[in-house]
Formats: sequence, C-alpha cells, structure tokens
Amino acid sequence: MKTLRDVKIGETARVAKIHGQGNIRRRIMDMGITKNVDIYVRKVAPLGDPIEINIRGYELSLRKEDASIIEVI
Amino acid sequence: MAITIAVAGNPNSGKTTLFNALTGLNQYVGNWPGVTVEKKEGWLKGYPDMRLVDLPGIYSLSANSLEEEIARDYLLTSNPDVIINIVDGTNLERNLYLTNQLAELDIPIVLAINMMDEVKKSGRRIDSKALGEQLGIPVVEISALRETQIDKLAKVAVESAEQKQNGQTLTSFSCGVENALSEIEKVALDDRVKTRKRWYAINLFVRNDLVKKDLNLTADQSAQIAEIIQKCELEYEDESYSIIASERYDFIELVLNNVYETKQVGELSTSDKIDRIVTNRWLALPIFALVMFLVYYISINTIGTMMTDWTNDVLFGEIILPGVGSLLEQWNVAAWLQGLLVDGILAGVGAVLGFLPQMIVLFLLLAIMEFSGYMARVAFIMDRLFRRFGLSGNSFIPMLIGSGCSVPAIMASRTIESEKDRRMTVITTSFIPCGAKLPVIAMIAGAFFGERAWVAFGSYFLGIAAVVVSGIILKKMPIFQGEPAPFVMELPAYRLPALKSVFTTTWDRASSFVKKAGSIILLATIAIWFLTYFGWVDGRFQMLASDQIDQSIMAVLGNAVAWIFAPLGWGEWRPVVAAITGLIAKETVVSSFGIFYGFAEVAESGQEIWTNLRAAFTPLSSVSFLIFVLLSAPCFAAIGAIKREMNSTKWTLFAVAYMNMLGYVSALIVYQLGMFLQGNPFTVGTAAAIAVMAIFLWLIFRPAPKPTTGSRLEQAEARV
Repeated sequence: MKTLRDVKIGETARVAKIHGQGNIRRRIMDMGITKNVDIYVRKVAPLGDPIEINIRGYELSLRKEDASIIEVI
Repeated sequence: MAITIAVAGNPNSGKTTLFNALTGLNQYVGNWPGVTVEKKEGWLKGYPDMRLVDLPGIYSLSANSLEEEIARDYLLTSNPDVIINIVDGTNLERNLYLTNQLAELDIPIVLAINMMDEVKKSGRRIDSKALGEQLGIPVVEISALRETQIDKLAKVAVESAEQKQNGQTLTSFSCGVENALSEIEKVALDDRVKTRKRWYAINLFVRNDLVKKDLNLTADQSAQIAEIIQKCELEYEDESYSIIASERYDFIELVLNNVYETKQVGELSTSDKIDRIVTNRWLALPIFALVMFLVYYISINTIGTMMTDWTNDVLFGEIILPGVGSLLEQWNVAAWLQGLLVDGILAGVGAVLGFLPQMIVLFLLLAIMEFSGYMARVAFIMDRLFRRFGLSGNSFIPMLIGSGCSVPAIMASRTIESEKDRRMTVITTSFIPCGAKLPVIAMIAGAFFGERAWVAFGSYFLGIAAVVVSGIILKKMPIFQGEPAPFVMELPAYRLPALKSVFTTTWDRASSFVKKAGSIILLATIAIWFLTYFGWVDGRFQMLASDQIDQSIMAVLGNAVAWIFAPLGWGEWRPVVAAITGLIAKETVVSSFGIFYGFAEVAESGQEIWTNLRAAFTPLSSVSFLIFVLLSAPCFAAIGAIKREMNSTKWTLFAVAYMNMLGYVSALIVYQLGMFLQGNPFTVGTAAAIAVMAIFLWLIFRPAPKPTTGSRLEQAEARV
C-alpha cells in the first residue's frame, strides 16, 4: 500500500482512503484530506519531519507518522 | 432587547482582526470556564446592546480539540441570535467546510468573506452574490485589515438577527446517506428534540459520543442506529465520518465551481515565494536562528531589559521608593507602616510593574510573528526536536525567552495550540536559568570555584536536562495521557500584520498579566516582608532592624524547617531562608545572605560574603544549594504567570510542587552521592539517594502506559 509518506517531494498524489482512527483521522479529513483529492507534496522540514503539502489551495503541514495513514494512488 | 452575535471562523481567517474592528477597544478578555482558552467579548461599535462573543478559531465542529468543543457547546447551549462566519477569501474551499456545519445549527448566519483585497490583487474573482444565493445566506465582502465594509457587515448581521433569517442551504448528501439520516431521525429523535434534528442525525451517523450522551439514548436505540450506520458503511465501502466529510467537500467544490475563479496552477504567489526561502531546506535554520536572535536581542538583551531595569532601578529604586520613604519620614509615619508601604506594598507593585515593559516588548514581537504567519513555521521547523520529550515545536519560543525571564516566557506559551503541550511548557519553562538566577550562579562560582565558567555552563545544561527529563516523565503520567494532539497544522500565507491587531493583542496580554498575576505577587511580597522584618526580641514582638533579622519569624520558621534541608548539606536557617526569599526574585538570594552576614549592601555576585559562605558551605553543599535554587519553585511573579496561564489553582500547585520536588531530589542525589564518592561512609542518606535515583530513572525509562511506538497505522490495525 502506498501512503502519503512515500510520495516524493514535488509529486502529486490522489487520496484513496484514510486509515487509522480517532481524533487524528477526523482532523485530517476536516482539513480537507478526503477521498479523491489531489495532494502536492511541497517540502520536508529542515530536520526531516514534518512535511508540507498543498491541498485545496492552501499549505498544510503534518508529521510523517500521520501521513502514513493516508493511502494514495 | 439585547442581541448576541457569535463570531466564528477558521484560525488565520482574520477573526481577531475582524473582532477588533467590530468592537473597537470595547472588549474584554477572559477565559472560557475551566480551561486555558481565551474568551473575548465586546460590544458592537455603534450598537450599544449588541454583544459580540469571539469563538475560538476552529476548522470544524466535530469536537476534535478543546477549542472545537468550546465553540460547539457555546453555539448549542447559548443560542446566539446570529453567527458572523468569517472566511478567508483566498482559501474558500476549506473555510466553507465550517460554514457547511454551522448551517445545520438553525442559527442565522452572515458570511463575511475576508481578505477581498488580496483576492482581487491576485487576479482571482469571487461572485459573492451567486455564492450567497447558493448557500442561502447573506454574504458581505470585507477586508478586516483595511476595515472596509465593516459597517455594512454589522448592519447585515443585526438585520439577520432581528428577522431570524434561517434560509441557509443544507448540504444534500447522496441517496444512501440521506436514507440513513432519516432512519436515524425516526429511531432516535422523538418529540423531545424539536430543533436541529438534522444536526443531531448527522452527528449520530458519525458516531459522535457527545451527542449520544446529550440524547440519553436507550440501548435498543443505540443498537438500531449502529445497524443503520453499518449498513450504509457497507454500501459505500467507507467509514461514516469519511463519507460525510467527503460529501461536504464535494458539495463545496460544486458550489465554488460557479462562483470562484482560481488562479492558474503553477503560478507562485508572493507568500509562496517568501516561503520558498524561509523554510528552505538549507536556509530555514539560519533564518530561524537569526529571527530568534533578534527576538532575544530586542526583548532580553537590549530594549526590553533596559526598560525593565530602568523601571526597577531608577523609577522604583531611585525615585519612587526613596521619595515615598523620605515623604513618610517627614510625616513621622510609624516605622512599621513605612516598612509595610515601602518594603512590602511598593516593592510588590514594583515586582509586578518591573516586568511589564519587557513583557510588552516581547508580546509585541510575538504578536508580529503570529500575525505574519512565521509562528507556524517555527513550529514546523522545531517540531521534530521537541516532540521527542513530550513538547511540540511551539515550545521553543517560551524556552528561549525563559533564558531571559520566566514570566514573559510562561505567558508566551499562550500561542501553543494544544492544551496538553501548553501545560507541559508552562511547567518546564522556568527550569531554564533566567537572568535573575545568574547572580546566584556567579556567587557560588566565585566563592567556591574560582569563578570558573563551567558553573554557569553546567547551570544551563542542568536547566535543559530538567526540561527534557520532565517532559519524558510528565508525558507518561496519567494526567498527561490520552490521545496525542494531532500535529496537522495549517501554514498560513505570509501577511503583513495589522498594527491595530498587534497592539490590541499586546495590550490584552499585558493587562491580563497585571490583573491576574499582580495580586498574587503583591500579597506574597507583603507576606515575606512581614515574616522577615518582624519577630520576638527579648520576649517582645516588634519590628526588627536589619541586623536583627536572625530573630525574625522567618528565622524561626527557617530553623523549624532546616532539618528538611539537612540531607542536602545545608540544614541551617540562613541558606534555607535565603532560598525562601528567592521567591520574591531569585537575585534576592544573594542580598539575603548579605543581610544575614551583616552587610547592608553587597555587589551583585555577593563578593563581600564569599568568605562567610566558605565557612557555611562545602563546595559540594554549595552545588547542592545552587541546584535547589535553580530548579525549585520560581519567583512569585513567575508563579503568578503560571496561575494566569493554567487558569487553575490545582494545576498551579501541581507545577510548584513538581518543581520543588525535582529541585530537592536532584540536590539530594548530588550531595549524598558526592559525599559517598568523596570517601565518606555509606549512610542512610546515601541509601536514600540511590533509592530516589532508581525511582527517578524508572520514571524516565519505564515504558509509556499506552503503546506509543510503531506507526499510527500499525496501532490502528492492531486494534481492528
């Protein structure tokens, strides 16, 4: 399974499914990461984590750990 | 009739700026009951009986965070007459997600599209009339920053409240979901629930436990609902929350198709260009270091400290205190009253106001960083480092400021979003040696270690180690347990901060420090003054001259509790009382020793008393004393700030107790093990120190009560 964590910087991926549960999962979806949306991975923080993505026209940062529950195609 | 208007919107949507524009300075800041989240209320400019309530900035009403829970509870229980929903015009898609949920609450909504100037400048176009028609609510285009159309927004909001306009379009979900919702309505929402049926149904559908509790469902009803949800989930091959969230966004996309022209893909905005440099892989850290250096330099090294020193040394030290003193003497005021006024009350007022200038400078800088969007980048850059020991990237700024003064540092933790991280930061920040602890460090280094630099270096190292260790220990404690706060953070576009908002925010924070922390500082200073300057001389209770301090109540108390500190190597009343007077301000420890050894005044590093100290301490016990002073409870001003930020007596006591315990235990371990290593026999004390150290190490290295290792995904799958 490919997740957002595996997407390289500068690439775009489409969300297939959000795994996991609880607050973090709901928060991720509230921020607009839902099925079929395109995510552009813009950069990674200087210390290697978190990452910055562009989604629905704005910039969002999330930890790689949380990115790994977002399945993409 | 008084009308209540709630202002709701996403973080970074310009909500604070709008609130300030709507109320002018006609507002007051408090806290939502029982939590550390700020609550702002005010009156609408030009409408004396229109009350405005500023809700916390939120992305959704799902109660994922404390802020969302507060906003949701307020809207459900207080029933405001109208909601002004501010949305960022440059980021409509995500902002309308909240609008979409608000619409289900049966409260009239006015949509304020903010940052219209920016939208137009970037060549995008919003057909706000069409948007209003599609959403069924009045829409006003504004710029909170330039205060354009604010009057119109106020007028429309008041009209909507009076007419109780409730025509908002509700999201129509797909067939299967709608069926499930109406089935749930039939099962769960009987005649008791008159309004917001759809809102309840949707929340039951996404398994919102809070709503389940509200409705007091029977076991049978719950089971039926569970079945309905499951059926729908099977049909959609997805989980219910995900279905709802996706369809809400689909609805918004559909609406925006007709009203919003987005910019062409690939074109970089000014903000994007700035961000390319500021969080660039190679440049981010140098730029970050430079910004932090500037903040530190301006607030701690130069302007802020100069102003604070001037207030303390000149305004209070040379003008007010001597002035009032000689005036009182002229009037032949009784000596005890003079003492109370000058050494008690005025010194206390000085302690509060002395920090103020520095704090204002710092708050100003923090507000600029917050409103410009850089604060989020600080968290982005530092998160990886800090989350290892239970803090978040946002804790960096309080720690940095803490090396100057703990009081503004504790107040700076206000900008941390998660309450858990905020509490943890408040507790640990004052471990970083502040400016006032430096004289104590200099005194010990000078008297015992030939002024070697490693004493100061070691003190900072100790402070940082205490932060790290405390983070690790505390995050495993039950009170800090629970689901980790998600670090899913918006990186807002860079913007030129609005001066008015910067100043209003600074003013709010500074005045709330004076009000909330001021009283505790004042009372404590008076109490210490009384205990130090009163006592029994030859069986008669009287006020003492400064060479009679050894007869004071404080000395008596010091003697009474000295045994507690004997295991640390300094069980005599003088060091004990000196450490206690450090509660007024840490540098007082040095001047207290001066008084005890009969010097009216000593240099900042206490050079005059080094000989006396060498008689009273061994090098080892002096280190133990220093450790205790550095780690135990900070000064009253800092405790006052902790009280202000925790907004809870219980948490304040916990913080102070924790610090005292850590200080005591660390000093005990160092002194007792040091004694043993110096060739002294193995005593009960040595055994105690080893036992305490074992507990300490266990607290650090024990596995966390809940598994936090492995990826989130593995945990989630393990539960399924």
